[in-house]
Amino acid sequence: MISVKNLKKSFGDNEVLKDISLDVDSQEVVVVIGPSGSGKSTFIRCLNMLETINGGQVLIDGKDLTDKNTNINTIRTDVGMVFQHFNLFPHKTILDNITLAPMNVRKMKKKEAEEKAMGLLEKVGLAEKASAYPESLSGGQKQRVAIARALAMEPKIMLFDEPTSALDPEMVGEVLEVMKQLAKDGMTMIVVTHEMGFAREVGDRVIFMDNGYIIEQNEPTALFDKPQHKRTKAFLSKVL
Amino acid sequence: MDFRFEIVQDYMPFFLKGMAVTIGVSLAGILIGLILGLFIALGNMSSNKLIRLPFNIYINIFRGTPLLVQLLIIHFGIVPMFMSPSDPLVSLIIGLSLNSAAYIAEIFRAGIQSIDKGQMEAARSLGMTRVQAMKLVILPQAVKRVIPPLGNEFIVLLKESSLGSVLAAPELMYWGRAAAGQYIRIWEPYLTVALIYLVLTLSLTYLMNYVERRMKTDDLR
Repeated sequence: MISVKNLKKSFGDNEVLKDISLDVDSQEVVVVIGPSGSGKSTFIRCLNMLETINGGQVLIDGKDLTDKNTNINTIRTDVGMVFQHFNLFPHKTILDNITLAPMNVRKMKKKEAEEKAMGLLEKVGLAEKASAYPESLSGGQKQRVAIARALAMEPKIMLFDEPTSALDPEMVGEVLEVMKQLAKDGMTMIVVTHEMGFAREVGDRVIFMDNGYIIEQNEPTALFDKPQHKRTKAFLSKVL
Repeated sequence: MDFRFEIVQDYMPFFLKGMAVTIGVSLAGILIGLILGLFIALGNMSSNKLIRLPFNIYINIFRGTPLLVQLLIIHFGIVPMFMSPSDPLVSLIIGLSLNSAAYIAEIFRAGIQSIDKGQMEAARSLGMTRVQAMKLVILPQAVKRVIPPLGNEFIVLLKESSLGSVLAAPELMYWGRAAAGQYIRIWEPYLTVALIYLVLTLSLTYLMNYVERRMKTDDLR
């Protein structure tokens, strides 16, 4: 589903991703962990070209993102993204937040888009907030709406960039719950997170990144209980 | 100081006519300036340096030279190429539009750039094109933020339209100067003209405050 080959990314002289290669299968849930500044957010943002790629290749469903002839907008409709700071549209109601892209990008009829949006809102438990504006929602509710908004495009892949890092602790659970359900439904997911419990429980594979490289990857239990690399050990000893 | 009210009275019809012209050219100036300004702002924010360059030069020239100089060049240099004799009102509207466009472009740029870049990223990540994201997500939010500075720009423009008197455009200041010349009096015409400008700008300020308050309550929906 996703195939990354020798991905490189720099900001000016600062090389953030040095040589990343990774394959993700359909329906797989990959959790990316690592210290801040390790490049994990940049990595996930390269997967839908929110960052330009300086070297290497990213194939999404067989289509090469770095190829100039690839229509990036079409690929992005297949790759949903959830951000740390939600990025809901503050001038739109919750319902309009969700229907905006389906109606304008997928050219879906308003009625159809709204029915679909209501279905998704029910799924994330926020149907009664349809006509509210984002600012009246709590952080956890905002993030659940953001997930519903991404799902409205019927993506094949969902990227989560630290989806719970900006939340108050008591709201983390409700967002993780929605993500767990999504994983159970068979969504292909890449999740950058500091929630080790989630990584262990939901992840099919955990990737430890540091300093622009993938240092180690394994099944969650193996990686958490028997880390091979000393940097992985050092990191885990600090966070667990 | 004896203040001869009959001069004010005699000239009042002309002052009122001039006031209407002042309001008219200022409105025309700000409206054309808005359209041009948005276009220039978007051009000036292009990621391509070469596209940005002409817009940047435009803004620098029109903000960096006095409006009076611009008006004289336009009226006596540029407009005569298309129109003879050149109509001072046309020249004044062109000058005010081109000049305000440069300032409005900067107001729009600041407004657009004040929108969190996560908004653009979220829109793009949903598959919207850059243009769709601008139209549906960024501009609707930016418009609210640029209304107060645009109000200020309109007030500035209204006052600067008085430079049209130099071109003999029959706006308010022109009639003030005409009265001063005819009666060889200073206080009556100029104080009256000043007072009319003050009434206009204060009404505008009041109107802008009202609009801002309305928008604030809109935000609290």
